Amino acid sequence: MNDSWCFFSLSLCIKALLIPAYHSTDFEVHRHWLALTSSLPLSHWYIDTSSPWTLDYPPIFAYFSFLLSLPASLIDPTITDLVAGQNYAAPSAVVFLRLSVAAADLFLLSGAHRLSSRLPPFRRRILLALVIWSPALLIVDHIHFQYNGFFLGILLISLGFMVEGRDLAGGIVFAILICSKHLFMVAAPLYFVYLLRHYCNGEWSRAVARFLVMGLAVGAVFVATFGPFVYYGQIQQVFHRLFPFGRGFIIQTPKASFTGGLVGDSSAFAVLPQINPIITFLLVLLAMSPCLIKAFVRPQPKQIIRWVAYTFTCGFMFGWHVHEKASLHITIPLGIIATDSLADARHYFLLSIVSCYSMFPLLFEPQEYPIKVLLLAIYSVLMWVGFSSLFSNSKAPKPAMEKKVERSGNGTGLVGPVSSCYLLGLVGVEIWGQFLHPYIFGSRFPFLPLMLISFYCAIGMMYSWAWQLKQIIRNS
Amino acid sequence: MSGKKPTMEEVQSSSEFPWSNTTLTPATSVLIALFAALVRFLVSLGPYSGRDTPPMYGDYEAQRHWMEITLHTPVVEWYRNTSANNLSYWGLDYPPLTAYQSLAHAFLLNSSIPESLALITSRGFESHGSKLLMRWTVLVSDFLLFFPAAVCFAVVYFRRFGGSGRERSAPWLLAMILLNPCLILIDHGHFQYNCISLGLTLGAIAAILLRHEFVASVLFSLAINHKQMSMYYAPAFFSYLLGKCLKRQNWVLEVGKLGIVVIGTFMFIWWPYLYSMEAAKEVLYRLAPFERGIYEDYVANFWCSTSVIIKWKKLFSIGFLKFLCICTTFFAFLPSCYQQIKAPSDRGFLYGLLNSSFAFYLFSYQVHEKSILMPLLPASLLAQQEPFLFGQLVYCGLLSMFPLLLRDNLILQYTVLFALFGLIFYQNGRHAWEKIPLRRRFLLVLPVVLSLLLHLIYLTLRPPKKYPFLYEALIMLFCFSQFMCFTIWTNIQQCSFLDIFHWTKAKKKDV
Repeated sequence: MNDSWCFFSLSLCIKALLIPAYHSTDFEVHRHWLALTSSLPLSHWYIDTSSPWTLDYPPIFAYFSFLLSLPASLIDPTITDLVAGQNYAAPSAVVFLRLSVAAADLFLLSGAHRLSSRLPPFRRRILLALVIWSPALLIVDHIHFQYNGFFLGILLISLGFMVEGRDLAGGIVFAILICSKHLFMVAAPLYFVYLLRHYCNGEWSRAVARFLVMGLAVGAVFVATFGPFVYYGQIQQVFHRLFPFGRGFIIQTPKASFTGGLVGDSSAFAVLPQINPIITFLLVLLAMSPCLIKAFVRPQPKQIIRWVAYTFTCGFMFGWHVHEKASLHITIPLGIIATDSLADARHYFLLSIVSCYSMFPLLFEPQEYPIKVLLLAIYSVLMWVGFSSLFSNSKAPKPAMEKKVERSGNGTGLVGPVSSCYLLGLVGVEIWGQFLHPYIFGSRFPFLPLMLISFYCAIGMMYSWAWQLKQIIRNS
Repeated sequence: MSGKKPTMEEVQSSSEFPWSNTTLTPATSVLIALFAALVRFLVSLGPYSGRDTPPMYGDYEAQRHWMEITLHTPVVEWYRNTSANNLSYWGLDYPPLTAYQSLAHAFLLNSSIPESLALITSRGFESHGSKLLMRWTVLVSDFLLFFPAAVCFAVVYFRRFGGSGRERSAPWLLAMILLNPCLILIDHGHFQYNCISLGLTLGAIAAILLRHEFVASVLFSLAINHKQMSMYYAPAFFSYLLGKCLKRQNWVLEVGKLGIVVIGTFMFIWWPYLYSMEAAKEVLYRLAPFERGIYEDYVANFWCSTSVIIKWKKLFSIGFLKFLCICTTFFAFLPSCYQQIKAPSDRGFLYGLLNSSFAFYLFSYQVHEKSILMPLLPASLLAQQEPFLFGQLVYCGLLSMFPLLLRDNLILQYTVLFALFGLIFYQNGRHAWEKIPLRRRFLLVLPVVLSLLLHLIYLTLRPPKKYPFLYEALIMLFCFSQFMCFTIWTNIQQCSFLDIFHWTKAKKKDV
């Protein structure tokens, strides 16, 4: 626990120093939700339109905002004022909200600590460093402003229970997670299949009893969350807010997903066939199916994290209305298993760099540029040092057979020749976007560098998806 | 990795994060340097001195004004009171190398935002873009000068003094040098260019350890020509080099060679001002403003602290006080100089730097709070030898700058850097802490706890009307008492190298 607190405190210092940095409109969004839940009764939460930033997260997050608004209104009442607080960005508000994100990261700490407690000290420290000091998380949560640490923490807690074999607890926590941020529903099919086979196993009566217990427990979570809104007859409105399919397939800036990378710009709509949510939903299920089949045939607690990360990857690649921030849902769980083998470490090394780089366009001001580059650079060197010493040390007492297998595999380095070229290309893309493009084109074609980044990262993400699929088919 | 079984120590050290390695691998030093750079960029996000406070603003405006003057007026007029250069509005009061550095930075700013440096009309110019560029000039100077010197020093130090054992850690030492909270807060928060003169000095120290004495002399002369405060180290350099020369064959020739190098460097820097005595005097007059009084504000040195009882400014004339300061400073650094001249050694040199800079800080004329950076540098170099003293010194240094940083609205950065330093220091410093017996620990912790309370009191309660500067005075007295203890201790440590009392037969082989 000492290590965990140490790592967390260090990251807390960095997060505190980031308080004066740029924050996006998401800051106002969350401040507004604080004001909304504080000033209005429950029945108005999902129908209020006093601000363009309407509540579009499920009720548990709304309850969380309400809890936060209690100290906020004591510190500075204007923060929670629905009218006067609009676009309020005074130091009190910024400090309070930024510190609330940092405090919510305690969930992430708890989840990571649980998952790392059984490992030997060096592996534990690397795991904690990979998760707690993730640069993508710092960029998105503590500069751009979001609460991903909170959600990912709940996910890790759920995974922690599942890995230990405590399926009921894992299922309940996952239900809580979905009721906090519905985006995590992508992993629901996997959870369902896994729990069905792993928890509801054994003879017929026991299986049915367990199925009922799980169903009741999860159902209780849903009832507690959505119950009040059913009572008010607003459930349709709530779902309309949570699933705004009218928003369109691709949002303003291009994403490194399968279709985002290929299409890039909404003007290409006319060329491609009409894509609607049903098709993407089916595509995601199709991509997930090998994993679901594996989970159905042989459910093992050891593999659950890998499978969950894979489902999020499928959701990222083929899903509807995907944000690049969703790549965090992939990298954080994979960070937990990155120390398991050299192959995992190599994959994680590449993936985390690509995922963090794809978030760079979120911070477009020159003040934050050196900060985001340094965060990624420090993390890369840390991974390099950590993985190199971990995997070179563990080579000492190995039987001859295993050594042969490893050598005939992908070599013993952390980065192969193809990966090195790809990563160098990443540097090239950045140099183009920052220096060459403004020099050659000036301010024309502003979307060209963004599209290039998105497309280039899409290649990396596709490789990751294919690699994960291969691992799952081969090893599980 | 070879096929042999790893030893117990290897297994132990490999299971810890890179702190316990005694060698500084390139990867580790890159990691620490990148992290130190990140912290600097983060502190730069905060406010600077004198932001939005007309008419005089602060150090940031002073530096901007020097860029304006050096860019638009001829070299000979930089230290002269002219219509374009009004010396009462932030006139240049550092030696010519600062002026040349300002000119170099001015070219950078002028190419992007010329209106930030327009003659006369740009006074008080503040914009987001110009702040960014100014901050980046400090950052780049830091990376080009201070960082390489620090890495070089850490490598050389461990080659010279390194050994085995849990406390010896090269990465930790490098982190202590690069993550010095006072330096980061002053340079990248308040806004100054101490990193240049400290970087040059650190380079000179590393050169001394590498036995490149001419290089060391050049670098140190450049440091003095950047900020005259670097003279605080001059007795240590002088006595070490003299001591080394005396041990050689023809010491007059050796001294002469070094003298020529130093004078040559000075002449090179002062070239535009050497055409007449008048010009040189103009510059010198700006560098030593004696009329400003023996102390200003509340600095934790001898004169200011004892002024609570003895009102120096009222009792004596400026001339007499100047004489008094020179004498007391001289006698304060005399023991360490004597030790070095008699028995020059690398470790003694590092202690000598600490002792002479403390002597000047405590007893010199017109010392500023920011001058605590001078003793802090050698203390950080000796962090391995005196971890506890170093930790306390950093804490007192920070505390003594608290009123200054509070005025600059840098409290967030102050608190965070303090916590960050504490976290990293504790990784290695706890070994020294655990060695101290319980009763002494309580005595050492008590003043720290009280001073932490003082922070809170300062921030929340108003001082009594009769003594509006009560809290500043309390901080000053606390820090002064600690500094006196430290300097007495380090002087004793250095004199023990002389072996006069036959204490240190064992220590000699270390030296």
